[in-house]
Amino acid sequence: MNVFRTILILAAAFLAVFGEATLPVLHHWLGAQADLLPVLMVYAALNADIATVSLLAVLGGLWFDALSANPLGISILPLFAVGFVIYLRRDLILRELSFAQLVLGTMASAIVPVLSVLLLLTAGKQPLLGWGSIWQWLVMTAGGAAATPFVFALFNWCNRSLGYQPRIEPNFRPDREIRRGRI
Amino acid sequence: MFRKKNYLALGAVTLLALLILSLPPRVTAHLKLTIGSLFLPLFGLANTTQQLPADLADSVLPRRELFQQIDRLRRENEQFKAQAIQTAAIARENDQLRSLFGWQQQAPWKLKLANVVMRDPANWWRTVQIDLGSRDGLRENLPVLTAEGLVGRVSSVGLTRSQVVLMGDPNCHVSALVENPAHDMGIVSASGPLDTSLVDLTYLSGSASLKPGQNVITSGLGGVFPKGIPVGQVVDSRPVEFGLYTEARVKLSANLGALEQVWVLFP
Repeated sequence: MNVFRTILILAAAFLAVFGEATLPVLHHWLGAQADLLPVLMVYAALNADIATVSLLAVLGGLWFDALSANPLGISILPLFAVGFVIYLRRDLILRELSFAQLVLGTMASAIVPVLSVLLLLTAGKQPLLGWGSIWQWLVMTAGGAAATPFVFALFNWCNRSLGYQPRIEPNFRPDREIRRGRI
Repeated sequence: MFRKKNYLALGAVTLLALLILSLPPRVTAHLKLTIGSLFLPLFGLANTTQQLPADLADSVLPRRELFQQIDRLRRENEQFKAQAIQTAAIARENDQLRSLFGWQQQAPWKLKLANVVMRDPANWWRTVQIDLGSRDGLRENLPVLTAEGLVGRVSSVGLTRSQVVLMGDPNCHVSALVENPAHDMGIVSASGPLDTSLVDLTYLSGSASLKPGQNVITSGLGGVFPKGIPVGQVVDSRPVEFGLYTEARVKLSANLGALEQVWVLFP
């Protein structure tokens, strides 16, 4: 398990939740705040192990709910559901392709808020919904889609620059050296 | 595809989520505040960063402009002093009249200034957090306002910060009356998720005669909000449920989209 990657993902989730709560620039201009946790979940599901996916869902969900009026723990399941499905299918996904990452980021950003609202309604809460919610959902989806390439590029750069790189073994091995005789 | 490790993760996360969701509200509120306090160092950092440009701007402000500002503020101060004397006289007269009629005396408002430190990251709630908590004497359901008008009420209180549920959130209902001859009363409730400046005034009587521009203030009913706090102005009205009652759209006096400092009102 690459611990550095896990720490990086969790730190990014922490900062993302803090940024969403304290920098309402998008909310001010477009009437909705984009959520970066689904995008981070896509990255984690494609590149990290199941423990990281679970940790991100639990901690990211708890951090998000702690700063919002959501019931504590309601964001864990939508995040984990998306991450888990992608994680199970990741061998079938061309995850190195930017287009595949973009599509997954868009889908995750669209699905997570819908699942969260459905869970809230199931729990008997009354979130603020209306026709404007469709616009907010579109902004969240588009925001997540726009952030996906940047998130992937940033993490790849961080991993290359700061992470542990596996040592590349040379093809040469002394025991396999062919010692030629005189002829 | 489904390995044992995946099963374990699925089971553990689902179980943990259900466990947290089934906790009693009191425990959840404490947990929320504990987890939220992890962000406190970042709040401090953000405040310092936001303050830095303002401090820099202050330090390069020309001396002449500073003197102009002082002069202007001094004049404003004199005006406010005169107004305060007049208000005190009116208050005394009001108290005398109240005692003549045998009405209960009105207690003066006690206000405490708070900074808005963050907004709700979820789009389906309308709440903010302020930097006052139980150590500052805050408790649930205290009204929160700005100089322009009512903002909302305190919904949960931590040691150093509190959550304020804003007007227009489904969890913030305010009994209000329209300043017209009939003093029509209704309930201010949520409007749409996009426009933070508009709320609905519902359950007005079917015969209510509302005109755009009429002021809406708190009615004092319900025991949370004292009477007379400005809420907003009527934008338009329409009959609902075949004229059974009237509903109006109200433009809020306070700008909820740009809240930086608010007053918490202590009764």
